[in-house]
Amino acid sequence: MDLLPAQLLRKEETKVKENKTIGAVTEAPAPQRKSDNIIEIKGITKVFDGVTVLDDLSLGIKRGQFVTLLGPSGCGKTTLLRLIAGFETPTSGEIYIEGAPITSIPPYKRPVNTVFQKYALFPHLNVFKNVAFGLKLKKIPDPTRKKGYRKLTKKEIADKINRALKLVGLDDYGHRDVNSLSGGQQQRVAIARAIVCEPKVLLLDEPLGALDLKLRKEMQLELKKMHEDLGITFIFVTHDQEEALTMSDVVVVMNEGIIQQVARPKSIYDEPKNAFVADFIGESNILSGVMEKDFKIAFLGKSLTCVDKGFEKNEKVDIVIRPEDIRISAGHGQGHFDGEVLTSVFKGTYYEMDVLASDYEFTVQSQTEYRSGEKVSLEIVPDSIHIMKKILTINKYIGKVTGENAVSFCGGEFEMPTDGFETGDEVLVYVPFDAVELTDYESDGVIGANVTQSLYKGTYYQVQVYTDTDEDFYIDTADEWDPDDRVGVKIDGAKVRLEKYDPDKDETEAAE
Amino acid sequence: MKRKAKVFRPTVFAFPYLAVTLVFVIVPLLLILVYAFRGQDGNFSLENFRLIFCGDGVNDAKDFLVRPLLKTLGIAAVSTAICLLIAYPVAYVLSSQPFRKMTVIALLFVVPMWINFMLRIFALKSILDTLGMENGYWMAVIGMVYDFFPYMLLPIYTVLANMDKSYVEASRDLGANPVRTFCKVTLPLSLPGIISGISMMFMPIFSSYAITGTMGDNHTSVIGSEIYSAFHYYEYGHGAALSFVLLIIVLFVVWLGNFLTRRSQKAPKGGKA
Repeated sequence: MDLLPAQLLRKEETKVKENKTIGAVTEAPAPQRKSDNIIEIKGITKVFDGVTVLDDLSLGIKRGQFVTLLGPSGCGKTTLLRLIAGFETPTSGEIYIEGAPITSIPPYKRPVNTVFQKYALFPHLNVFKNVAFGLKLKKIPDPTRKKGYRKLTKKEIADKINRALKLVGLDDYGHRDVNSLSGGQQQRVAIARAIVCEPKVLLLDEPLGALDLKLRKEMQLELKKMHEDLGITFIFVTHDQEEALTMSDVVVVMNEGIIQQVARPKSIYDEPKNAFVADFIGESNILSGVMEKDFKIAFLGKSLTCVDKGFEKNEKVDIVIRPEDIRISAGHGQGHFDGEVLTSVFKGTYYEMDVLASDYEFTVQSQTEYRSGEKVSLEIVPDSIHIMKKILTINKYIGKVTGENAVSFCGGEFEMPTDGFETGDEVLVYVPFDAVELTDYESDGVIGANVTQSLYKGTYYQVQVYTDTDEDFYIDTADEWDPDDRVGVKIDGAKVRLEKYDPDKDETEAAE
Repeated sequence: MKRKAKVFRPTVFAFPYLAVTLVFVIVPLLLILVYAFRGQDGNFSLENFRLIFCGDGVNDAKDFLVRPLLKTLGIAAVSTAICLLIAYPVAYVLSSQPFRKMTVIALLFVVPMWINFMLRIFALKSILDTLGMENGYWMAVIGMVYDFFPYMLLPIYTVLANMDKSYVEASRDLGANPVRTFCKVTLPLSLPGIISGISMMFMPIFSSYAITGTMGDNHTSVIGSEIYSAFHYYEYGHGAALSFVLLIIVLFVVWLGNFLTRRSQKAPKGGKA
């Protein structure tokens, strides 16, 4: 009888689905529909002592995939892994494994196992007992028992352990003391200890970090093979981009608690989504440019053909050019940029050269060596120019302290605390988007500006204004502002951060 | 090749301590040895040991060695056990979040160590007197527990606080609930701290007589008091022989403690499930 209403409900739902037009594809799938994502992370935020480590992060992980969380230290990748393992609880958000929410389930009840960074093998147990630890606790379904489950027999445990040790190539090591093993062997024991429990998802927290290069390469291939043999989902955390690209089906690039890009290794390398990903993955030349129109990009005073379109007219963009994509030839006038080789280093199979052209230091890789001081031409073909939307997180200007609590930049003098700086100091001024206020009348603001665009960001508008001194201001505000309107700009000095300006060091940054 | 005439070795810094050890440790130990094996006529004799182990016809041998020794063992074991049972949970709580960073709190438990020993004992005794407790076995035990608590707490706290958190995480990750994790991982890994705490408490109690002297009664006469009274009444040979036997016992217990620690750290048991 209980089943009936549920059945009815399901029927009704299918009806609703059928009635939907093709246009409704964007709607969220019905909760009952089984997605092939084994792990679903939804809106996870984690705050430690007031520091946001993960910021409203969502991610789906497909069953059976080898997924790598990649990012610099402190980007939140390990925290994300620990949230899945259950060692941390999220500040907000939910994680689902096979559709079931797990954030309130303790780690010992989750169908995941972890290979720890420093292996965390129990020093008081030998190899066999370390691997047996999880198996002794495992309950398997057994309908003949009253409870419906039973524990594994000693023989079953021993068989499983021997199989796992064989898989990691440590057949005869059961009796060995874990402290007597080398780093690589301990690593294998840690993997055996985790996979012997037959988890649905294996979590690996920088497991190869402590190994030397040669051993690491070997283990990368072995892990990859293990993943293919076992067929379970691997989530692998690393800061080594090469490792991530070698091993993964999918790479998740993270920075400052936010996912920057989720893609296959090749796409991550060939089509980085933004300047961070481009910079983090492999060597690259990152420049600022302006998209003049579709297929036309201007940078370093040249206008070049590219293969991208769909940007706003004259939108400021980031450009990535991989060093191996630049064609270098002897003498001037052969390509787009004339330059001079500054340094040249042999890297085993190619030469890596720094070439100064149009005041920018290009990194170039080539099979042919051009010596330092040699005059060269650089040619950049259209499909090697990768164009990415600029991501701005803060307004940044170069200013000058003009008095106590007064800093001048963008053609106006703004009030803000100047503790620690003297009058006449050159400073970098960081103005958060929410520290700027626009006024209807230009006279109410400190400076005047023209509205370039208003973008709706879900709960607020991001407005861009253009000052008379050719600077842009980005403002987060509740109101929409009409393009080309003349407005006044005010700044809440309390929210502004000042930093000493070092012309040599900060030149390239400030130019952006 | 010419050899350098003088090589400055850092070992010279150990010479002052060596001198102190020689005068105040080695020589007295030798004196004990001499007195223990010297008869009343001044010649070598085993008379003192015969008295301890066989009695002198008037007093039973038990009164000289066995009974005080058993009493000492008993009171040391009881006090140590009680102290361990109190100190372990305290150390566990102090070493866990959110106390981990607040070493000040751990320090509070150690501060009494900085107050004069006799002063502490008399203070505790007056408190217990006020509460209507009489001198005797349990008062002595309370005195021991109170006095040696920091010695038990600190080693356990240190081991727990320095224990890699990932062991506990690994255990929970592999399916062990908190109780099982404690029994199978935390407790075994903190064994060195426990053994060190026990030896730091058990040994001194063995030779102490101040606490039992102040808080006990004539039924709590420990071997330390025996030795004290022997020297007090100028029975140097008797006292020295007792000290010698005590020293052998203590050395054995220390060796046993070290042996167990090494075993628990290094050699896990056989490879079968």
